[in-house]
Amino acid sequence: MRATIIDPQKSFRLAWLQSLLAYLESDRLVQRTLLLIRQLLIPLAAIGLFLILWSAGAASVTTSLGQLPGPAQVWDQGVQLYQEHRASREREVAFYQRQEQRNAARLARDPNAEVKIRPYTGSPTFVDQIGTSLVTVATGFLIASLIAIPIGIVCGMSATLYRSINPIIQLFKPVSPLAWLPIVTMVVSAVYVSEDPLFQKSFITSAITVTLCCIWPTIINTTVGVSSIDRDLINVSRVLRLGWLTKTLKIVIPSSVPMMFAGLRLSLGIGWMVLIAAEMLAQNPGLGKFVWDEFQNGSSDSLARIMVAVLVIGALGFILDRAMLMLQRWATWDRNAVLR
Amino acid sequence: MNSSYLSVENVSITFDTDSGPLNVLDDVSLKVERGEFISLIGHSGCGKSTVLNIVAGLLQASIGGVLLENREVTEPGPDRAVVFQNHSLLPWLSVYDNVRLAVDQVFGRSKSRQERHQWTLHNLELVHMGHAIGQRPDQISGGMKQRVGIARALAMQPKVLLMDEPFGALDSLTRTHMQDSLMEIQARLNNTVIMITHDVDEAVLLSDRIVMMSNGPSARIGEILAVDLPRPRDRLPLADDPAYNHYRAEVLRFLHERHARPDVPTSNVGGDDQVEPEERPTRLKLAAG
Ligand SMILES: Nc1ncnc2c1ncn2[C@@H]1O[C@H](COP(=O)(O)OP(=O)(O)OP(=O)(O)O)[C@@H](O)[C@H]1O
Ligand SMILES: [Mg+2]
Repeated sequence: MRATIIDPQKSFRLAWLQSLLAYLESDRLVQRTLLLIRQLLIPLAAIGLFLILWSAGAASVTTSLGQLPGPAQVWDQGVQLYQEHRASREREVAFYQRQEQRNAARLARDPNAEVKIRPYTGSPTFVDQIGTSLVTVATGFLIASLIAIPIGIVCGMSATLYRSINPIIQLFKPVSPLAWLPIVTMVVSAVYVSEDPLFQKSFITSAITVTLCCIWPTIINTTVGVSSIDRDLINVSRVLRLGWLTKTLKIVIPSSVPMMFAGLRLSLGIGWMVLIAAEMLAQNPGLGKFVWDEFQNGSSDSLARIMVAVLVIGALGFILDRAMLMLQRWATWDRNAVLR
Repeated sequence: MNSSYLSVENVSITFDTDSGPLNVLDDVSLKVERGEFISLIGHSGCGKSTVLNIVAGLLQASIGGVLLENREVTEPGPDRAVVFQNHSLLPWLSVYDNVRLAVDQVFGRSKSRQERHQWTLHNLELVHMGHAIGQRPDQISGGMKQRVGIARALAMQPKVLLMDEPFGALDSLTRTHMQDSLMEIQARLNNTVIMITHDVDEAVLLSDRIVMMSNGPSARIGEILAVDLPRPRDRLPLADDPAYNHYRAEVLRFLHERHARPDVPTSNVGGDDQVEPEERPTRLKLAAG
């Protein structure tokens, strides 16, 4: 069986690549065929079955926007969304070129003419929305991690501090961050007033909403990781008379890193789910807004486009999770831990 | 003024437990000379680790105290290095880095970087672990981990080396190897050692004196047996040695006749539940003699 013991080098390879390599290396026909079936054909068959069920099921549901789209229509819309994005990019490039040419011409006539370049103001494409969502979730997640990890470490090291902060954590942890959204929106509009804002308010609102839900799993996991250090290791540090800083850096943090990363991974997953919902509710740019706009749009293609978005959201969430898993494996010293 | 190197003076300790105060040690006194190898033996739960932790400074005695070179022990420190039962190496550091951490901490000011590197390697060579310095603890066997734990303790150049059942978690074959290694190291360095053990053979083979503790609660030192066997000691010839077997019998008698565990039925007396019979060829001799 694969990957019960984690090899950091292997974890960067994909399962299918591994099975392909194993296929080439092994010289026993039966074995390699079985391996191929297990690792490649069975998942593929499952996906195929899913697609068949989907198209069959979709054909029998009719909505006010027409029939529920099957895989083929969704694929077509996916291609079209990408083409729209390309077309928009080309228009943008052409727009800037025209301006430059015009400016060059004016400067040729009158070297003192004031020239300026106006920014392109096309509506964001699907790909732009993906980018916005990813940047937002990354920002919110980073802020949350920078807050949560230090809090988790000090809470884990001091029982008194933990007891005083714990009620707050327990109170806010179960709150859906969407409940925060109105408050965050109002606070951001009130506090974040600037003539030439570096970030849009909507971006800040979404990022803070993500932060609010990413904080808790990381704090809790880090606290548990830090407070469950092996007593013997603490005794080692006492016998060695390690100073507070050395003890924290050499013993406390390394030993809690696996739990810390487990918390980070949970946080990122939750953050991604919440972000989409927050974007829908608050009309902040991003994938959530794309879904909502298509829903409001209500054309015959809308459902297929929403499904493209759903699949992309799922795929990105999966990729984010895998990336965190890779980080987690890299950071985990406990080679016996089974991480999935 | 007290003249012995290490002295445990009238130590009593009482823990506050959920079911009220628990008096674990009652008036324990022990004097240890420099370079002496002492074994602490007694039934499980009698308070051996507690004695060791008080000497280490990890626990504070309720009454009495510990003097090392006439200075009172108040906190843990590298002059009383501890080898823990389950190695307690830092799993995210290599074998080398585990020892180096201790070396840097103890000799950070007094030795140069190069000297500390050499000292780390020297101590790993001493326990025959020079070949595996780059390995992580989870990549080496239990016996090797324990060797590294000993190297780490030796590298601190402690005044007293404290070992809490250092070989308790090892299989019997590995344990005999480790005992031989420890005797070899002891012959070279002549450390002052206090070692807890459950194994009667180990105690007799390694020790200058065996301290036998009575059962808890309120455990005391029951008897101290001086083992007057010439060194170097070799387990094979000793197996037939009458003096050796006499010492073994003394310890067994103390543990199983005078201080049999109350929860052990009397039919079991004389049988040590810790060790399988096949590991102990000498038991047959004892029964015959
Ligand atoms: N911190 C503590 N708080 C309360 N009770 C304790 C504490 N440490 C030890 N004890 C109790 O003291 C007694 C002696 O414990 P100790 O660990 O010293 O025994 P031991 O002789 O080392 O046993 P073993 O051979 O199983 O290691 C036990 O009954 C234990 O429950
Ligand atoms: Mg013990």
